[in-house]
Amino acid sequence: MARAIAHVPHAEAHEHHGPPGILKYVWSTDHKIIAMQYMFTGMLMAVIGGFMAYVFRMQLAFPGISVPGFGVVSPGEYNSLVTNHGSIMIFWVAMPVLIAAFGNFLIPLMIGADDMVFPRINRLSFQIFFVSAVLILASLFVEGGGFGGAWTAYPPLSASAEYNLTALGSTLWLVAVALEFVAFLLGGINFIVTLMNSRAPGMKAYDIPIVCWFIVIAAILFMLSVGPLIAGAVMLLFDQTLGTGFYDPTRGGDPILWQHLFWFFGHPEVYVVMLPAFGIVVEIIATFARKKLFGYKLVLYTAVITGVLSFFVWAHHQFVAGIDPRMANIFTVTTLMISVPVAELCFVIIATLYGGSITLSTPMLWALAFMAEFLLGGVTGIFLGASGADIYFHDTYFVLAHFHYTFFPIAIIGSFAGITYWFPKMFGKMMNETLGKIHFWGTVIPFNVIFIPLFVLGAAGQHRRIYNYQHFPELAGPEFQQLRVIATVALLVMLAFQLVFFANFFLSLRRKEKAPRNPWRANTLEWTTESPPPHGNWPPDEMPKVYRGPYEYSFPGRDDDFWPQNEPV
Amino acid sequence: MSFPKPIATTRSATGIPTGRLAIWWVLASEVVIFGGLLGSYVMHRLGHPEWADAAVHTNTWIGAFNTFVLLTSSLTAVLAHEAAHDGDGKQAAKYLMMTIGGALTFLLVKSVEWGIEISHGYTITANGFWAFYYTAAGLHAAHVIAGAVIMAFIARDAWRGRELQRVELIGIYWHFVDVVWIFLFPLLYIAK
Repeated sequence: MARAIAHVPHAEAHEHHGPPGILKYVWSTDHKIIAMQYMFTGMLMAVIGGFMAYVFRMQLAFPGISVPGFGVVSPGEYNSLVTNHGSIMIFWVAMPVLIAAFGNFLIPLMIGADDMVFPRINRLSFQIFFVSAVLILASLFVEGGGFGGAWTAYPPLSASAEYNLTALGSTLWLVAVALEFVAFLLGGINFIVTLMNSRAPGMKAYDIPIVCWFIVIAAILFMLSVGPLIAGAVMLLFDQTLGTGFYDPTRGGDPILWQHLFWFFGHPEVYVVMLPAFGIVVEIIATFARKKLFGYKLVLYTAVITGVLSFFVWAHHQFVAGIDPRMANIFTVTTLMISVPVAELCFVIIATLYGGSITLSTPMLWALAFMAEFLLGGVTGIFLGASGADIYFHDTYFVLAHFHYTFFPIAIIGSFAGITYWFPKMFGKMMNETLGKIHFWGTVIPFNVIFIPLFVLGAAGQHRRIYNYQHFPELAGPEFQQLRVIATVALLVMLAFQLVFFANFFLSLRRKEKAPRNPWRANTLEWTTESPPPHGNWPPDEMPKVYRGPYEYSFPGRDDDFWPQNEPV
Repeated sequence: MSFPKPIATTRSATGIPTGRLAIWWVLASEVVIFGGLLGSYVMHRLGHPEWADAAVHTNTWIGAFNTFVLLTSSLTAVLAHEAAHDGDGKQAAKYLMMTIGGALTFLLVKSVEWGIEISHGYTITANGFWAFYYTAAGLHAAHVIAGAVIMAFIARDAWRGRELQRVELIGIYWHFVDVVWIFLFPLLYIAK
């Protein structure tokens, strides 16, 4: 990278003042390096979160076994593993990889800017995030163990050490989550302002690639939904440490208040991570179908409507929490309504594929798999959004399987789609297609084998949050236990196939031949600079200008089937 | 150490300077934090008429005095902006120092007030009203402290004639801190 930036004056000045050697990567304010910091931290956390899933799935399939690499799982440890698996996968994997890593890497490159508008705030955002990651990991090793009150942290279980027995663990968990929010508020403001103000000359609102729009809409959703939860977290922290009674009904408080504050954030949060993944998929689909995106403005407005609606559905998580049945009716209607714009996004992608010249490259396979799996997640959501059905399904494995059919496509499939698509631009090398496809099938097939049995278990009424089913004879029948074993074995297979990804990742980094500037023959601006881009992205006197929208593929009458945004007519 | 600004920071596709655009988004994120807290308080207050017995013990006169102090400090923040607009960094710095003086007065009065209340046994754990009272006013005071510290840095730069546009930005933030107090004062002091 140092060679590439030698002729850029801005970068040169930076080089001289910047810290030397490896510290350059730690203290850099370059948006691409910060993106990599987020991505590698997210990957490390994903390995940890995956390991947790392995340990508690082993306990469920083979209760009481000494899990290789962990040992016998105690009930407290089981709760802590489940809680922190959820927290880590959402707050320290999905958010940093999908929003922070791709947002940081893509937004300045795709809008033709040399960096974020506030590079030092960007660095501060990662540093706070990193501290929060250290704290959540540290919380697992303090006296009493890590917090075990589920990632939703409902009081009174989360508020009182008398109940959760993890005085320090639950406080550390809460502080880590709050710090993570602060990091993403700082990063989000940076994303929003960069997209609004720093676009290349000529780039109008409807020339912005959809993925940038979606990441920024996600950042706005996050900002507007997380505030009440930050206030709620302060109250919970005071309940835990000072002994206030915000959530204690015996002292004038109300535990349901936390549920409202949590889900007012928690439901928009689904769309906060969904939109960036959808954006990545849209870019890939248009490129590999060699076709203009169907209905650019429709897609954009649909995302905005999804975002607005997402603020009016939160109480569908609380149908059994004793809320007024009339309120449950209203929230059932809004919840079913929100499936309309999301379905519209799926149809737009199908319409883009229709009549396209499709290449089934690895990124394209991931993008198509995202559609297929997310569709299943969305359809099963209808069952849970209807308050009548939810009363039966609530807190069963059906909810868990539904959740994973939405979040796995978003956080895992979406991230792999993005990484395989932009890998050449990020690292200047091509990934191996064969290994990529082996990894793809080795991930997607076992994923379905894990979670389809869990749908069946949930529909049979199997309650989640149970440490050992042998303690409940009516739930422990061999037909159920068999399904749990199948799910666990499939998880082992899926985890094993991730080694293929890491092998492909690191072997590709060591390849000799460099990736071309534009290996996929795509239109957006990031493909017009070197791979990897130098510091400042383009030489200061060659900053790109934009002449058209990002999806002009197979334009009639042109020899090339693509038309880069920066190419004058 | 001066930090070379990227091209991105100097662009303005919306026509609004980058810093001003960002500070409004900061305020948007703050509005929902205080909105969530005060919304929770109002809902609880409506559900607990007996909290009025606790609210009687807040001192409306001290609250009113602090309201006056904060509003005055907002005036000096505006005067600082005007001076910075005219390019007079030294005058802007002086007005910012006056604003910081207002912030310190506010905090001093508040600590005396809290000291008296705590000595009467009205602590944060006393009941639901006092829990919200200390949490909401405490969160606001944290914003006063943060604003005053940042303002000191900006005043130092302004004195040297650097980054004068930041005088306006901290002013916008300061007005927000003021507006939050305008909501807190009636909710905590006047509604008995």
